[in-house]
Amino acid sequence: MTRALGLAALSLAVMPAVRASAQDSSAVDRGVRIGILYRPGVRPGIVVLTGRVPALDSLRTIMARDIDYSDRFELITLPGSDSIRLATPVPTAGSRPAAGTGSGKAGGGAASAGGLNYPLYQALGADFAVALTSAAADTAVVTVHDVAAGAVRRELRARLPALTDAGFRMAVHRLSDRVLEATLGAPGIAATRVLFVMDGKVYVIDQDGADRRLVSSTDHAALSPAWAVDGRRFSYMEFWQGHGRLFVQDVATGKRSPVATTGQALDFTPAFSPDGKTLAFSRAIEEGTDVYTVNVKDGCCLQRLTVGRFYDNLSPTYSPDGQRIAFVSTRAGLPQIYVMAADGTDQQLFAPFDYGATGSSNAPEWSPDGQAVAFHRDVAGTLQVFVLDVRTRAVRQLTSVGRNEDPTWAPDSRHMAFVSDRSGYRQLWIIDLETGRIRPLLQQSGARLPAWSPRLPETAPSTP
Amino acid sequence: MKRLPLLLLSGLAVAAVAACPGKKPETTPLPQGPNADSAAEAERLRADSAARAEREAREREEAERRRQQAIADSLAAIGKTTDAVKTMLATMIHFDYDKAIIRGGDAAVLDQKVAILQANPGLRIRISGHCDERGSDEYNLALGNRRATAAKQYLVSHGIDGSRIETVSYGEERPLDPGHNEEAWSKNRRDEVDILAGGDALKQP
Repeated sequence: MTRALGLAALSLAVMPAVRASAQDSSAVDRGVRIGILYRPGVRPGIVVLTGRVPALDSLRTIMARDIDYSDRFELITLPGSDSIRLATPVPTAGSRPAAGTGSGKAGGGAASAGGLNYPLYQALGADFAVALTSAAADTAVVTVHDVAAGAVRRELRARLPALTDAGFRMAVHRLSDRVLEATLGAPGIAATRVLFVMDGKVYVIDQDGADRRLVSSTDHAALSPAWAVDGRRFSYMEFWQGHGRLFVQDVATGKRSPVATTGQALDFTPAFSPDGKTLAFSRAIEEGTDVYTVNVKDGCCLQRLTVGRFYDNLSPTYSPDGQRIAFVSTRAGLPQIYVMAADGTDQQLFAPFDYGATGSSNAPEWSPDGQAVAFHRDVAGTLQVFVLDVRTRAVRQLTSVGRNEDPTWAPDSRHMAFVSDRSGYRQLWIIDLETGRIRPLLQQSGARLPAWSPRLPETAPSTP
Repeated sequence: MKRLPLLLLSGLAVAAVAACPGKKPETTPLPQGPNADSAAEAERLRADSAARAEREAREREEAERRRQQAIADSLAAIGKTTDAVKTMLATMIHFDYDKAIIRGGDAAVLDQKVAILQANPGLRIRISGHCDERGSDEYNLALGNRRATAAKQYLVSHGIDGSRIETVSYGEERPLDPGHNEEAWSKNRRDEVDILAGGDALKQP
């Protein structure tokens, strides 16, 4: 007991420094956190405990990163796993009773059953502790401890594919999202991906920067990928002899089909309606560029929503209720953000601007919660990401370092991916609007036009 | 054709001269003196006409060679003209940042294209509008479209049938100069002209 206490004291002595550095490394030392009030310490602390099963190490690493990238916790890094483990009163029997407490019961006896030294973790600043154990070879058990309550909050079980399986990481990401749900009741974004364009090809990458894959490559340069809200399909544009042709591609099968009525003109910037039946897009013809819709379910019924003979209308984005479309229009001279009903009526200015002073505004994307529209605006000769509050129509600038453009919302409506040259070349970054923390998504030059997926479905069979 | 009668004439002369000595000695033996003279004369004539035929054949060859050369020369001239016209046609026009207005200086370049299109009624072209990398990627497709259309409208307003001109936009996707400075950007904000059809033999306007 004395020994355990001594070790606990030792780790406590070490902790504050470690915690501070973990917190700093998130953004401050990269010099990229900008424009947003950062409030360290108000987020709940969480610790992901070291397991005794080496096979779970990758799971633990991925999950700890997912929890960190959720930006909802102070992720507490343990200095040395051994000292903490020894500090645990019931070291060897720890996992078995925890696995036996049943699903999701925060029983009164959980403190002893969970085998966690709650006071210790509380002293470390942890509000939650996550323990990983393995019930069977292919089943992971995640025990979420409520440290303050001194009890097990929830026990999550998931069948995981083999480590070498292509689906392993996404299965862990889904488990991470369940941890977020179990702790804060908040939906996570771990099980999401980001589409982007590089060298004329469409790629996809997991939100944690892993598993980058080519999803579409032909001799025709591609642009503007966009997800369907169900996460099973996406659309993009390809240049065909000077024309722009739109395609819809199935995620699971990789099969793609051209969108009816497109490809005879320059069709670009596709955007799915929330019900997935309609694709809105921009069409450039000689009299200008306008917003059109086409029924992608039946491959018919082209409709023109805007008629701008002497100005352009482009880059449509649906509100999540499908009732409205935000878009770009040059009707006042420079491109600015406008909004209209989904049938093209009631067109009006959306993001206010000072005529003659405010720079061009482009690339709008409506947030999944419907409350905001992100876009980029020319500020002093470079582009910056802005957010429009849909209710108040107030506009705030989100970035200021370097050139920042083409924002795309994560399904939690608080994270955003965008393109920035802040590091010296244009690459993909992710910002958390709540904390202002910024991290690179892909450290490779030339990646652009990102599109963040919705929460991806468990299985992605081809759509009928 | 003009040389044909001459050729026939000399051919007949040779035949006549050759035929006479063979027949006459058999029937009527004539006195030696005048006959010897006429034989020598015939021999001389024969040699003359052979030389003439040879010379004329040489001249014919020479004429034919000159004729072929003339054809080759004129073909080369047409090719040179076509290349020159193509170069003129391909001269790009440029734009100010985020603008699709034809600059004063570029009107002359477009006037030249009007003249070329008028001199070559079979010619069909495609104008592609391009942008620099500073603007928004997707907006630039609309801007490039405006730039291509602006040039087309200029040509049409100067009497060219609009159906002979196709317009496309590549936005900022096909920069001429990959640099990241105004020098590169000003080169990249442009309209290019390509020939779609009727560009094999172009007449100088």
